Amino acid sequence: MYVAVKGGEAAIAHAHAWLAEERRGDAAVPEIGTDQIGGQLTLAVDRVMAEGSCYDPGLAALAIKQARGDLIEAVFLLRAYRTTLPRFGATLPLDTGAMRLRRRVSATYKDLPGGQVLGPTFDYTHRLLDFALAAEGHVPSEAPEADPGEDAACPRVTAMLADEGLMAPEEASDVEPGDLTRTPLSFPAGRPLRLQNLARADEGFLLSMAYSTQRGYGNNHPFVGEIRQGEVTVEILPPELGFAIEIGDITVTECQMVNQFHGSRTEPPQFTRGYGLVLGRTERRAMSMALVDRALRAEELGEEITAPAQDEEFVLSHSDNVEATGFLEHLKLPHYVDFQSELEAVRAMRAAAAPEAARETLREAAE
Amino acid sequence: MSAVSVEERRHWMGVLARAGAGRIRERLGAVPPLPAHVRLRGPEIGLSMLRGRAGGDGAPFNLGEMTVTRCAVRLEDGTVGHAYLAGRDLPGAELAAVLDAALQDPARRPGLMDAVVTPLAAEQAEAKASMARKAAATRVRFLTMANMR
Repeated sequence: MYVAVKGGEAAIAHAHAWLAEERRGDAAVPEIGTDQIGGQLTLAVDRVMAEGSCYDPGLAALAIKQARGDLIEAVFLLRAYRTTLPRFGATLPLDTGAMRLRRRVSATYKDLPGGQVLGPTFDYTHRLLDFALAAEGHVPSEAPEADPGEDAACPRVTAMLADEGLMAPEEASDVEPGDLTRTPLSFPAGRPLRLQNLARADEGFLLSMAYSTQRGYGNNHPFVGEIRQGEVTVEILPPELGFAIEIGDITVTECQMVNQFHGSRTEPPQFTRGYGLVLGRTERRAMSMALVDRALRAEELGEEITAPAQDEEFVLSHSDNVEATGFLEHLKLPHYVDFQSELEAVRAMRAAAAPEAARETLREAAE
Repeated sequence: MSAVSVEERRHWMGVLARAGAGRIRERLGAVPPLPAHVRLRGPEIGLSMLRGRAGGDGAPFNLGEMTVTRCAVRLEDGTVGHAYLAGRDLPGAELAAVLDAALQDPARRPGLMDAVVTPLAAEQAEAKASMARKAAATRVRFLTMANMR
């Protein structure tokens, strides 16, 4: 129970003023611009867009600046802003097969059509702090270029396995998916809603859930069939036009995890997939999503549900960091009356227990 | 309404959507002033729900939203122009909508295509090609160990 408490307006105003001052930091140091955040802290921006579930690098950069770099606070700001905008409809499903690739790697095939394209990755860096970056005026040399060749097609690894009949096909469907921003989740949620939830889930939570499956809590021996990162074209079909138009390109990361499946009464032994698709260049997140997606398919594939990552209700109910933060932080709200009643209860219990304890001590002394 | 193919219109709408107000204005100096227009709707900012497909090719799911700006205008001759673009760019959407209407006029189309749409498309194609060349430079060339038999 919460009670209305008056007062504190001046303290709150002063706290906000101090917050603004702290956000700005040392006035002798140039203020950071949202264009700098958008251009140089790109992976923070990508994470805020993914978890804020709203693709707009400029807004995400502003949210990060306003939140002083607290990314969950920034996600909250972006989610709050999106509620002020009207919904124009949905896009056509993205064609990730036609992605213009920045990066594409497979851990299942060394030589595959289109090849292994590393892209601007942290992989193979030595993870040694680079003190050259601490000095300003560091201009990197331009990235080398090479002839892309005869526009090498990059077929999906999963399609290559499917051609051999070794990969369980996805259900071909154009069913309108549920939208958890419009209808509260109920269970069983089903795969489209699970994927929506995971795509915007907290990255730390996703990573831990994925890691738990690797360590044996819901075994799903995975291989990275393919990770691809790049630009996809966004198309919409406005009713007033009657034909689809391109409205721009966005950067996404897709991960296809390939998992062994021993077969069931109705299905032959084959590979199944876990799927990750995320806004921006958030590869760890795409991989984690794919592992958790596969774990959550346990029931559909007739596997025993033994671990948290396989439990749809557990995963989907605890994945959202804005919801989690809200419930956690509500503990800071005044609970004065609640606590007063607890205080009285504890005092009463102690008072009741005290004479009895005293009698007990006397009896022991007498013996 | 003039005879303009859906494919042609899709092309210029896609190019204009990606260009942005600044780039479009730079190109407009080379053509006669755009015709007068009235706003039918917007320009206004909203959201579109991005859709993906499970496994890349399965059932659709909602991936997350994106900001979109849209605008609809009408020219004095009654031609209606539309624009939808990714992001928040009110002047860009209005310019794109006016150009969409003007490009439907066969008399204006060749000049606008040559001075505005085609050069913008070339810039966009070059940006894509540059990314493809950088990606190609990071394609792994495996060296096969010589078989020492």
